[in-house]
Amino acid sequence: MDATAKVTGETRFADDLTFPRMLSCKLLRSRLPHARIARIDTSRAEAHPGVVAVMTGRDLPIPFGILPVSQDEHALCPDHVRFVGDPVAAVAAVDEDTAGEACELIEVEYEPLDAVSSIEDGLDPEKPLLHDYGDDHNVHKRVALEFGDVDGEMARADVVREDVFWYEGNTHLPMEQHSALAQWSPDGRLTIWSSTQTPHYLHRAIAKVLELPPAHVRVIATPNGGGFGGKSDPFSHEIVVAALARKTGRPVKITLTREEVFYCHRGRHPTLMKIRTGVRKDGSIVAMDFTSFLDGGAYGSYGVASTYYTGALQTVTYEVPAYRFRGARVFTNKPPCGPKRGHGTPQPRFALECHLDKIAEQLDLDPADMRGRILQPANSVTANWLRIGSMGLGACLDATVERSGWKEKFRKLPFGRGVGIACSSYISGAGLPIYWNSMPHSGVQLKLDRSGGVAAFCGSTDIGQGSDSVLAYCVAEVLGIEPLDIRVVTGDTDLTPVDLGSYSSRVTLMTGNAAIQAAERAKHTLATAVSAKLGVPAGRLVFADRRVFDAEEPDRGVSFAEAVQIAESSQGTVGSVGSYVPPRSPGRYKGAGVGPSPAYSYSCAVAEVEVDPETGIVRVPKIWIAHDVGQSINPLLVIGQVEGSVYMGLGEILMEEMTYRDEMRNVVHHHPSMLEYKSPTTFEMCDVETILVSDPDPNGPFGAKEAGQGPLLPVMPAVANAVYDAVGVRIDEVPCSPHKVLRALRDKMKGKAARFGPAGIPDYAFPELSRVLTPAQGGTGREIDDRPHSEVGGPVGGRAPRAGDPTEQAGETTAAEIAGLTSEKRR
Amino acid sequence: MMRLPRFRFLEPENLTEALVMRADAGTDASFVAGGTDLWPNMKRRQQTPATVIGLSRVRELGAISGSPREGMSIGATVTLTAIAEHPVLRQHYRAVAHAAGVVSTPILRNMGTIGGNLLLDTRCNYYDQSYEWRKAISFCMKRDGEICWVAPSSKRCWAVQSSDGAPVAVALGADVTLVSAGGERRIPAAALYRNDGIEYLAKAPDELLVSYHLPAATGWRATYHKLRRREAFDFPVLGVAARIDLADDGTVRAARIVLGAVASHPMEMTAAADTLAGRRLDATNIGVAADAAYRPAKPMDNTDFTLGWRKEMVRVHVQRALEELAG
Amino acid sequence: MTELVSIESSSQCKAHAAFVVNGERVEVAFAPQKTLLELLREELGLTGTKHGCELGECGTCTVLVDGTPILSCLALAVQYAGRRVDTVEGMAQGGELHPLQESFADLGAAQCGYCTPGFLLTAQALLERNPSPSRDEIREALSGNLCRCTGYLKIFEAVERAAEHMRAIGSSHG
Repeated sequence: MDATAKVTGETRFADDLTFPRMLSCKLLRSRLPHARIARIDTSRAEAHPGVVAVMTGRDLPIPFGILPVSQDEHALCPDHVRFVGDPVAAVAAVDEDTAGEACELIEVEYEPLDAVSSIEDGLDPEKPLLHDYGDDHNVHKRVALEFGDVDGEMARADVVREDVFWYEGNTHLPMEQHSALAQWSPDGRLTIWSSTQTPHYLHRAIAKVLELPPAHVRVIATPNGGGFGGKSDPFSHEIVVAALARKTGRPVKITLTREEVFYCHRGRHPTLMKIRTGVRKDGSIVAMDFTSFLDGGAYGSYGVASTYYTGALQTVTYEVPAYRFRGARVFTNKPPCGPKRGHGTPQPRFALECHLDKIAEQLDLDPADMRGRILQPANSVTANWLRIGSMGLGACLDATVERSGWKEKFRKLPFGRGVGIACSSYISGAGLPIYWNSMPHSGVQLKLDRSGGVAAFCGSTDIGQGSDSVLAYCVAEVLGIEPLDIRVVTGDTDLTPVDLGSYSSRVTLMTGNAAIQAAERAKHTLATAVSAKLGVPAGRLVFADRRVFDAEEPDRGVSFAEAVQIAESSQGTVGSVGSYVPPRSPGRYKGAGVGPSPAYSYSCAVAEVEVDPETGIVRVPKIWIAHDVGQSINPLLVIGQVEGSVYMGLGEILMEEMTYRDEMRNVVHHHPSMLEYKSPTTFEMCDVETILVSDPDPNGPFGAKEAGQGPLLPVMPAVANAVYDAVGVRIDEVPCSPHKVLRALRDKMKGKAARFGPAGIPDYAFPELSRVLTPAQGGTGREIDDRPHSEVGGPVGGRAPRAGDPTEQAGETTAAEIAGLTSEKRR
Repeated sequence: MMRLPRFRFLEPENLTEALVMRADAGTDASFVAGGTDLWPNMKRRQQTPATVIGLSRVRELGAISGSPREGMSIGATVTLTAIAEHPVLRQHYRAVAHAAGVVSTPILRNMGTIGGNLLLDTRCNYYDQSYEWRKAISFCMKRDGEICWVAPSSKRCWAVQSSDGAPVAVALGADVTLVSAGGERRIPAAALYRNDGIEYLAKAPDELLVSYHLPAATGWRATYHKLRRREAFDFPVLGVAARIDLADDGTVRAARIVLGAVASHPMEMTAAADTLAGRRLDATNIGVAADAAYRPAKPMDNTDFTLGWRKEMVRVHVQRALEELAG
Repeated sequence: MTELVSIESSSQCKAHAAFVVNGERVEVAFAPQKTLLELLREELGLTGTKHGCELGECGTCTVLVDGTPILSCLALAVQYAGRRVDTVEGMAQGGELHPLQESFADLGAAQCGYCTPGFLLTAQALLERNPSPSRDEIREALSGNLCRCTGYLKIFEAVERAAEHMRAIGSSHG
């Protein structure tokens, strides 16, 4: 849709906007990882020539956060800094240099606290607290769920295998640095332009912190120069420029430096995992027990959802009759982690797919064949109560195996070369909103013009994934006009109906369905009017080729523009609305809100690698990837998403790392730069053969499912499994760095375990498991109610049902939990 | 946006003017050619000269002259692209052209010059960071601080020599000409460098490197191997430059092996090279030399990758470089 | 063409210089420490040139100077006085997209579009030098431009298609 503007330089990103009398904002950030603020003196900064306003945490005391249960951030830290880079003060000045100079003149006196810098630290009850809420000291969130009888089933397995994996953190690295611009109108209205993926949530956060009526706040999402999940939280800099615009009465802009983008982060959680699976000789799974520890960084962000996601989707690819999941996310003095492409699921997917590769070898089975035999069936409900609709993973497996020449290559290539396979699945939008409500997740309004043009209004945001195009295609398809006839207006909280945002791969499915509904309603209006005019039954009218005509007598008809004119003449101005609410999930237990989706996409990848046994360097010449997208609305866009996912996955498995120095070095970010955070160049990108598998899902618009995140998931484990095929060593970590491969090769030569990876997981006392009977056991989707509620949920918090709500259902429980409606105040 | 600090910018039209400007500017001044090293450092406030003297209009620094038979001279402001693509250099001084052609990216090489490359500031994970980042660790001894974070008990700075061109220049036995208002001197490239992260050049601040002299291209062969994470953008985490002079009987008459990115200067591995003298470049002798180069190499925590692995790679890449020269 | 009005620019007074930007002569007064990137975006309003790091580590800010791709974030503007500077805004001629712009748009080589101007200009310079580049030559020429969306493959295809198109136009004209 907007491709032309992008290639001419016409697209206006946030930093491209300027206004008369605009001020520049800079943030002063904490230089300590953990400290109390004893005193801030801004007087010298205020006196600096060119400075118009200075702000500190005292000016913005109301906390915010993306999840209602984690309102733990301040636009500027009032009294407690939690990582190097945490914003402490802000300056608005005539230009960026002046604002920066003034920041240097602000004196901050800190009282240092011990830093919490690792998962182990986060579990240590002796370490100072980061927040005054959470499930257990610095443990932000912990989960303990069991579906079916895991120990009982495990006892019946032929083989029980246990593996431990580590997945290092990494970040989105969008090419565009976050930027926001705010303008205050003397009548009390605020407008903010920002490179955000979630204008609706930003709208709520700004209204809250600035105590403005939401109707007087307008958020305009500018085109995002890359998001990948990194622009999904409301950010301190967005709120600060809004506040400074109000304070100064002048437009205020901030554009973060690359280093500051690293401090915004919200990327992949570093995650330590243990997986134990019982299988029969044919590879079929009888039970699985999964444990994850997430290093969350300094704030909550989406972390509660991330924690659940590390345990949610293991069951949607392979049949797992009994399943246990325990997870804990800890606060540490590092930039906050959050949702990066695949949100919380690439880590467990890596663990599961490498683990299955080892199981297949142990059972002397081909890992592709084994996977093909143990797939979760279509139209089923998993042990953890996720409803699966269409399921094209079998077709994906077959296609990749065939196209990659798997049978001729696996365990047959010369030493140093190898192939590996992995499968995955991802949600096409989350079943629940992040704050509890029963309103639509996406809304579309159409305005039909007598000229024959159609304007489509929707709150969604195009972050490069092509959602504007999908919106236009859906409307055009129903109305029989061309996408070019449709003007798409998106991401403006004043003009467009709410869409929750560009996250969790929800836009195609949800906006698409809302758009189809709106278009069907408009079509009905037009058909009614044209039917009366032509004397043709409405049911016989066809909308195609910019015409409305009689199916039986195609010459009898009117142009689309005439159809609108006829409708306008008979019924007045023509418009319509459409909206989408995902179907209810059958799960009813606490935690059931994370994982349900209207439809699951499926992917399978085969990676071919070359490993230099003298250096440990891994090169990936080619990846074959099949993706079950349901139905591709625009194959070009889908392939683009698949190739982009492969690229990002390749970066994660080969080189990207978001790491920090030790406490002596103040837990500073190891390398907050484009040069030292290693993003693959054209030289490192592999060839990709993409196979799109069509298995239309009844819940998808025209059968479509997501494509933006799922195809990333199998890449990392496929490469790791290929490294094993190439040189016989297991790298149970992401990234698969050369020194790890070399070390494992040396160990292998010495007769030690041919493996590089973590030894074990911390000995942490999780709360008692919440037990849920599986569908096969005849469960209801609720916890087994053999104990009083308070006992079941007590120490975990937030378990108690809402008073007077006997119909409490799954979705509601978890949504409500995330929304904070049911959680008793902890501590 | 990362921006430059304020400074006085001078643009001389010729060499004499440049040297006079430099002499007048006092100690707090810097020359700039391509700017690909200085401007990022200034944006990060690692260097904040009051005066910067731009050389892009000084035409006499932009020429390539001489012949492979008698040796060639490359002016300091010749771009890395021009060197990498120069047909004579590519044919007769492959290591020089190759080293220029693997610096950073094609776009950067259109700007970066050979003079700047040979004089590249030493680099370090604790130094090549923004002012704010460095402030969070109370800076380091190379700029604004007291300590070397790479080796906190050390009295010296361990910033690492990271130029691709420098090890090649030393291995080839090339010379450089330095001029200042006070005069001109031609020295071996090896004498240009010092093993100290801060005082890494044996060059007076007001001396300008004007040309780079390559020896006659007869009787020897040379190569350069660069190790880095990505094939573009990245500085070397190890550079291996080697020159071998073969006698008529195919034995090694003289050898020079120089490592980049393992010390604050291009590190000449004399003992390793000496093991080859009088011997053939066969697998055994190459192995002995690679081992001799491996032992004294001491990478520090100042670049990408782990230390142990980088040290291991010395052996592998010295071996591969020598194997290539054995042809 | 050199029309640098004030060569010696002190930190206080502004530099004053002329450039030929997208074929038009412009005269600008600007703070002397400004980079070409800042000059284009902030003084001339040519915001099509983007920035991702301002340290020469991503290639996003690439523009052409006398036809050669350079990093505008590492180019002190005064050093380029009098030179011909081409940005993405100058690529389309007479309401017609450049063949590269056409193929980038058609093949999905621009996803978020942020790195696109830098890629387009680098590719334009490549095709002027080498009208029939191989895939490896394209990979090499574009190795200084990072993209996080596409995985580069659609970009390679777009350059190949544009090259083909330009050769066809060239031969039909020639």
